Amino acid sequence: MELNSRIPEGPLAEKWINYKASQKLVNPANKRKLDIIVIGTGLAGASAAASFGEMGFNVKVFCIQDSPRRAHSIAAQGGINAAKNYPNDGDSVYRLFYDTVKGGDYRAREANVYRLAEVSNNIIDQCVAQGIPFAREYSGLLANRSFGGAQVSRTFYAKGQTGQQLLLGAYGAMSKEIERGTVKMYARREMLDVVIVDGRARGVIVRNLVTGELERHAAHAVVIASGGYGRVFFLSTNAMSSNGSAAWHAYKRGAMMANPCFTQIHPTCIPVHGDYQSKLTLMSESLRNDGRIWVPKDEKKAALLREGKIKATDIPEEERDYYLERRYPAFGNLVPRDVASRAGKERCDAGCGVNNTGRAVYLDFKEAIQRLGRKAVEEKYGNLFEMYERIVDENPYVTPMMIYPAVHYTMGGLWVDYELQTTVKGLFAAGEANFSDHGANRLGASALMQGLSDGYFVLPYTMQNYLADQIGVPRFSTDLPEFEQAEKEVRERIEKILNVNGTETVDSIHKRLGHIMWEYVGMSRTKEGLEKAIGEIKKLRAEFWQNVKVPRLKGMNNELEKALRVADFLEMGELMARDALMRNESCGGHFRAEYQTPDGEAMRDDVNYSFVAAYEFKGVDSEPVLHKEELKFENVEVKQRNYK
Amino acid sequence: MNLTLRIWRQKNNTVKGKFVEYHLDNVPKEASFLEMLDILNEQLVMKGEDPVTFDHDCREGICGACGLYINGHPHGKFKNTTTCQLHMRKFADGATITVEPWRSAAFPVIKDLMVDRSSLDKLIQAGGYVSVHTGGVPDANAIPVNKHCADLSMDAASCIGCGACVATCKNGSAMLFVSAKVSQFALLPQGQVEARDRVQKMVARMDELGFGNCSNTFACEAECPKGISVTNIARMNRQFLAAKIAEPLKK
Ligand SMILES: Cc1cc2nc3c(=O)[nH]c(=O)nc-3n(C[C@H](O)[C@H](O)[C@H](O)COP(=O)(O)OP(=O)(O)OC[C@H]3O[C@@H](n4cnc5c(N)ncnc54)[C@H](O)[C@@H]3O)c2cc1C
Ligand code: SF4
Ligand code: FES
Repeated sequence: MELNSRIPEGPLAEKWINYKASQKLVNPANKRKLDIIVIGTGLAGASAAASFGEMGFNVKVFCIQDSPRRAHSIAAQGGINAAKNYPNDGDSVYRLFYDTVKGGDYRAREANVYRLAEVSNNIIDQCVAQGIPFAREYSGLLANRSFGGAQVSRTFYAKGQTGQQLLLGAYGAMSKEIERGTVKMYARREMLDVVIVDGRARGVIVRNLVTGELERHAAHAVVIASGGYGRVFFLSTNAMSSNGSAAWHAYKRGAMMANPCFTQIHPTCIPVHGDYQSKLTLMSESLRNDGRIWVPKDEKKAALLREGKIKATDIPEEERDYYLERRYPAFGNLVPRDVASRAGKERCDAGCGVNNTGRAVYLDFKEAIQRLGRKAVEEKYGNLFEMYERIVDENPYVTPMMIYPAVHYTMGGLWVDYELQTTVKGLFAAGEANFSDHGANRLGASALMQGLSDGYFVLPYTMQNYLADQIGVPRFSTDLPEFEQAEKEVRERIEKILNVNGTETVDSIHKRLGHIMWEYVGMSRTKEGLEKAIGEIKKLRAEFWQNVKVPRLKGMNNELEKALRVADFLEMGELMARDALMRNESCGGHFRAEYQTPDGEAMRDDVNYSFVAAYEFKGVDSEPVLHKEELKFENVEVKQRNYK
Repeated sequence: MNLTLRIWRQKNNTVKGKFVEYHLDNVPKEASFLEMLDILNEQLVMKGEDPVTFDHDCREGICGACGLYINGHPHGKFKNTTTCQLHMRKFADGATITVEPWRSAAFPVIKDLMVDRSSLDKLIQAGGYVSVHTGGVPDANAIPVNKHCADLSMDAASCIGCGACVATCKNGSAMLFVSAKVSQFALLPQGQVEARDRVQKMVARMDELGFGNCSNTFACEAECPKGISVTNIARMNRQFLAAKIAEPLKK
C-alpha cells in the first residue's frame, strides 16, 4: 500500500484556494441520488451531516447515545481558537498555523494545518450566525481569552461550556436537516464494522443497542467521526462510551492508523482518589490564565501536607515552588500541555507532590482573587470551581485546587490525506478520529476548531470531489455478499464474547489494561517499559478471551457493549506501545525517558523521525507494517521548542 | 458506607416493572452515585444476575444523559446537581435509597432506569435553531450583541436536555425545555428573523407529541439541574401570543 497525502500544488497560502477552484462538483439532481453515512454526532459528525444535508445529499447519521446532542464534544469547556485578531494583538492566519505546527512539535502536515488556520475564522462567523451565545464585551463584540501555547488572545468561549454551545449549534443545524428530510438520524446504534465492496467503503454494520439486532446500512461513502480513543487508559476525561472501535475496525479493513502513540495527557484534572473511580474530570486549561501552579519547595513540608498535618495555606510564599514560572519564564503557567504535565509529574516524582496520594500539585487563585476580586474570578470560572467543590468537597476560593495530569485527547488516529480520505477509497475520517493537524501535541482550543473545520468547511468540498465520480453508481443493496459476510463476522465476534462466560467482569479487565497503559505508555515511556507493556497487553488479551464474563441478555446489554469496546482496546493498546517503541525520540506528548536533555526537556530527532507513522493491519497477532509519510517543512523553521 | 437500594427493575416497555431491594456494603463515600451503581452492577454480573440499566455518559453534568429519580426527586434532592454529580457523601450511612426512572407519558421506559427521550429531539427539530446554511454568513463582529442579553441567552442555552423538568411536572409538560431554547434565540439578534415561526412551531410540536400543558406550579425550575429559570416560560408565552396575533402559522 502507498501513502499519498495528495497535497495540492502551489504556495502554502494558495493550496486550499486552488483545490476548491479545481475540485469536481456534483449537480443538485445527482446529489439526491448519492448517500453518505456519518458515524458520530460530535462536532465533526454533526457539522458534516448538517452540511451534506444542506447540499442535498442523502445522509444517515449514527451515534451511541440516546440523542445526537450528547456526543462528548458537549463536555469541552475552555474554548475554540480562530485567527480573527479582534483584540489587535498581532494574530494572523500564519501565526495560528505557526503556533499549531510548533505546538505539535513539528509532527503535523503543514498544508493541513494551514488550511485549518485559514478556515478558523469562517467557523466563528458560522457559529455566531447560528445564535451561539459566545462571551461578549460591553461593546457587544466578541470576547477572547488566551490559552496554553500561544502569546495572543485568540480563544472564543461561551462561559466554561464552549463545547456544549458549539455542539448544540451543529446539532441544531442537523436537526433542521432532519426536519427537512435530508438527514436521517439513528441514535442508540453502534457501528461494529465497515463494509468494503470492490475496494471502496460502501456501508456499515451497526448494532441497535435497544433491540440488540444487527443492521446493515449502505451508502456511496462513509465518514468516521467517532471521536478519540483515550479510554484505552480506562481513566480519562472522556465519556464512558467514548471508544476506538469504529476507527479500529476501519483499520482492520485496510485504513491505516497514524501516530497511535501520540496521546495528550492534560495537566489540569482532578486527581485520582480511588479504584472504584470511573472517570477523571478536567478542570479547564483556561484556569491556567489566572491560577498559579506550585508545590512546596521542601519535601518534608510536602510530606506533612500529605499526612494532613498542615494545610496548603500554611505554606508561606517563599516556601512555594512555582515550578512552571521558574522553569519557563516566557510562558510561565501557560506552557503547552505536554510540558506542564511532565513538569508536574517531575515534581511529584521528586517527592514534592501533595494530596494523600502524593500525586497532585496546587493550582492557586489567591493572587487572582486579590488582583481581580472574587466576583470577577467567579464570573470567569464559577462553574468550574463549583464542579471542583462537588467532587473534592473543598472550596477552591479558600484552599488551592489540587490537580494532576490525566489522559485527555488522542492526536493519533486514522491516517487521512489532504481530502480527509483514509487509505480505503470512500472512507473518510474527521475530528478526533483522524490523526491530522495536531502532530505530537494538540494546543488548547484547537480540537473544537478542527472538528468544525473538518465538518463544515473541508469535507463538504472533498466529499463532493470524491462523489463526482460516483454519480453513475446506483444505490447499493445490503443483500450483497460483502454485507452478508461482514454481518456474519460481527455476529461471530459477539457470540465468541458471550460464550466465554468466565469469572472477570469487563470493567475489571479494562482497569488492568488502563494500569498497564498508564504505567508504561503514559507520560514517560522507556524501551524496557514498552516491551513489557506489549507482553502484558498480549497476556491480558488472552485472558479476556478466556475469562471475561458477559451476561447473555435479550435486547439492551450494556456489558456486551463495553466488552466489544474493550476487546478492541486490548488490540489498540498494543499498537500504541509498538508505535511508542518505534519512535526513538521525545516529541510533544510522546516522551521517551532515554531522549531528554540534561535539564529534562524533550529531545526530538528530526533527522530520523520527522515522519508520520502509519500502520497497516496484518492480523491481530502479527506485526503491523509501518509506512512513513515524510514531513516537509517549507514554511516554518523547525526549531527545538523553547518556552523558556 | 452500607446502603439499602430499592431499584425499579423492568425488562422492557411491554412488561410490568417492580422494585427490587439490594444491600450494598462498603461503598466509599467519595464515590459518585453512578459509581455506586457500577459497584452494584459488578456484583450482579458476578452473581450471574442482570445488571441495572441506566443512561449515563459524560459523568460530569453536561451531556444530559443521566437522569434518575432518587428518593422522589429527579437527580436527587440537591439543587443544581445532575445524578452523575451527586456524591455518596450526601447520604447517611445505612440509608435506604429509592431509585426510579423518569416517569412521563412522553418518555416510555426502555429498560430498568433507562427511558426513551427522543421526543425532546423532535421538539428541537420543529424549530430550535437559526436556519442558516453553512457558509455565506457575515463576519462574526458584524452582529454586535448586548452583553446582558448574551449572558441571559447563555443561561437559557445551558439546558442539557435531561428531561427532569418533564419528569417532575405533574402534567408532563416540556415548557421549561422548550422555553429555554426559544429564549436563547429570542434574546439574540440572530434569532429575530424566525422568532414568530419558531415559537409557534415548537409549541405545536409539543402538543403533537403528547406533552402536557403548563399550570405554573414551577416544580420544573426547582428540579432543573442547570437552574433554568421559569422567566423563560413567561418570555415564551409573551412571544407566542404576540406571534399568534401578528403572524399566525400557516397550516
Ligand atoms: C472534558 C473535555 C474538555 C475539552 N475541552 C476542549 C476545549 O476547551 N477546546 C477544544 O478545542 N477541545 C476540547 N476538548 C477536545 C474536544 O472536545 C474533542 O476532541 C472533540 O470535541 C471531539 O469531537 P468529535 O466530533 O471528533 O468526537 P465526539 O464529540 O467524541 O463524538 C463522537 C461521536 O461518535 C459516536 N460514536 C463513537 N463510536 C461510535 C460507533 N462505533 N458507532 C456509532 N457512533 C459512534 C458517538 O456516539 C459520538 O456521537 C475537550 C475534551 C474533553 C474530553
Ligand atoms: S430545562 Fe433543566 S430539567 Fe429541563 S431538560 Fe433542560 S436542563 Fe433538564
Ligand atoms: S452523565 Fe452526562 S450529565 Fe450526567
